[in-house]
Amino acid sequence: MGTATGRPLSRAWRGSVTSSDVLVLALDTATPVLVAGLARWSAVGGTTVLAERAVPSGTRHAELLTPAIRGVLEDAGLAMGDLDAVVTGLGPGPFTGLRVGVVTAAALADARGLRVIGVCSLDAIGTGERTVVTDARRREIYWATYGADGGRLTGPSVDKPADVQLPEPVVGDPTFAAARLGRAVGEARVTTAGLLRAAGPQLADPASAGPLVPLYLRRPDATPPTAIKAVSQS
Amino acid sequence: MADQPLVIGFETSCDETGVGLVRGHTLLADALATSMAEHERFGGVVPEIASRAHLEAMVPTVHRALADAGATVDDVDAIAVTSGPGLTGALLVGVAAAKAYALALGKPLYGVNHLAAHVAVDELQHGPLAEPSIALLVSGGHSSLLLVPDLAQEVQSLGRTVDDAAGEAFDKVARVLGLPFPGGPPIDRAAREGDPRAIGFPRGLTGPRDAPYDFSFSGLKTAVARWVEARQRAGEDVPVADVAASFQEAVADVLTAKAVRACRDHGVDHLVLGGGVAANSRLRALAEERCAAAGIVLRVPSPRLCTDNGAMVAALGSRLVAAGVAPSSPDLGADSSLPIEVIRG
Ligand SMILES: Nc1ncnc2c1ncn2[C@@H]1O[C@H](COP(=O)(O)OP(=O)(O)O)[C@@H](O)[C@H]1O
Ligand SMILES: [Mg+2]
Repeated sequence: MGTATGRPLSRAWRGSVTSSDVLVLALDTATPVLVAGLARWSAVGGTTVLAERAVPSGTRHAELLTPAIRGVLEDAGLAMGDLDAVVTGLGPGPFTGLRVGVVTAAALADARGLRVIGVCSLDAIGTGERTVVTDARRREIYWATYGADGGRLTGPSVDKPADVQLPEPVVGDPTFAAARLGRAVGEARVTTAGLLRAAGPQLADPASAGPLVPLYLRRPDATPPTAIKAVSQS
Repeated sequence: MADQPLVIGFETSCDETGVGLVRGHTLLADALATSMAEHERFGGVVPEIASRAHLEAMVPTVHRALADAGATVDDVDAIAVTSGPGLTGALLVGVAAAKAYALALGKPLYGVNHLAAHVAVDELQHGPLAEPSIALLVSGGHSSLLLVPDLAQEVQSLGRTVDDAAGEAFDKVARVLGLPFPGGPPIDRAAREGDPRAIGFPRGLTGPRDAPYDFSFSGLKTAVARWVEARQRAGEDVPVADVAASFQEAVADVLTAKAVRACRDHGVDHLVLGGGVAANSRLRALAEERCAAAGIVLRVPSPRLCTDNGAMVAALGSRLVAAGVAPSSPDLGADSSLPIEVIRG
């Protein structure tokens, strides 16, 4: 694992693919609904979702993510020691919440010597030909478009809705779309199946797994907590 | 010693990513990464830059700490993490990482108070804290006087800054003097060549009717800036060393006078200093002098342990484990304004 700057985010995967069957923990905190799921994956058999919890956690991802992971393990009657790999959404999404999922995946994988794979969170929303939109706050949207085979055509990008033409059908959170885009969209959210689908190529070829770098898409707001002005006036 | 639990501590409340390992009161590792240089040109810590840096540095810093201690992650018996106070986005990287390690390893998790950890770190150098002690915590974000009857169970706030923290004053005055960020170390260095009595800067909240244990540094900072600006307007050279020394003297004078008074008023004969500003050489010297005169035993951690680090978090975690304090609940989050009275978040 390495980051954009070449520093490792997680220690190298210690395991080996001895069976073609892989037990995967899937996580995402890029939207206000955090997702934790367990799935069995194999190159021939595809994905079987064993358990999933989608928690409307708003800005409480850090509080609720590990309880949700514990929950899906219980639901499936499995333990941490059974896991082979972790898949996590890399966003785009509001930064603070997004980092919770990414650092959780990196730390879990590190502690147990698991493979860790990052995917674009938008890829895990909906299926087939579509435009995926999510809330980027500041009156902007994160969005990406997908072709008939489900492959991403454009994005992920961040834009003002007025500045872009969204090809139909558009999918996402209908409540958000009604309030902020003033339109209806097909209901779709991040799912365990979607995360596994997005991670398919990297699950099949572990060497292809890229670094765990969040898709921030925006530079940091470089305003320090105390504004810089002449000290005698502050 | 080997029968005492091995505690790992995570610190990400500001711009330092710290991971420490402690067994009992023994420091085994203190790994640190910092994004300080990335904030320098903004003259203060930019929260989003700090948070991004924490994410990159988190797992590699864990590895460095484990390697330094000659331990593996499976040797860890308990996990402690700063859950507040601090910058929310920064805190959450450490909290989420610590929760994940605790879950993956099946070990208890303790969210701890950053300020109490600044006090606890002294136990790694000077052994068990005398209780009760008075603690003077002075850093970039805090200036507090605490009464500590029992560091694992009870900490009381006696007073705090009503405006700027002491470290913040150092950082802002450094800017005025054209010195780099963070301002504490360069002011400390410049002051060595200066006369601390050259300029009589104000001592905030030291009047007879002022709150005896509260601090105010905003007026001092403004007085320094006005003094310097007046010189510059007159086209005169600014005597940087004298300004630094006189400013530093005003800060050290107020801090030590109030700390010694708190000891006297509460009948406590032990004072412990903590936080980044406790690295200041004049503050340390004046505290020595005044404590000796008042019959107070002074304890100050080495400068390296005064600034933010993971060892201090592990040290407090170790205290909590030894005292049998219950671990944090599974839905632990970050609290940017965690009150000092709350030792375990
Ligand atoms: N020698 C020194 N003299 C005075 N202030 C110092 C010295 N060294 C560090 N500082 C100050 O300590 C502060 C950092 O304290 P620290 O406890 O590490 O961080 P935080 O405020 O984030 O908890 C900075 O404001 C810095 O200027
Ligand atoms: Mg501090």
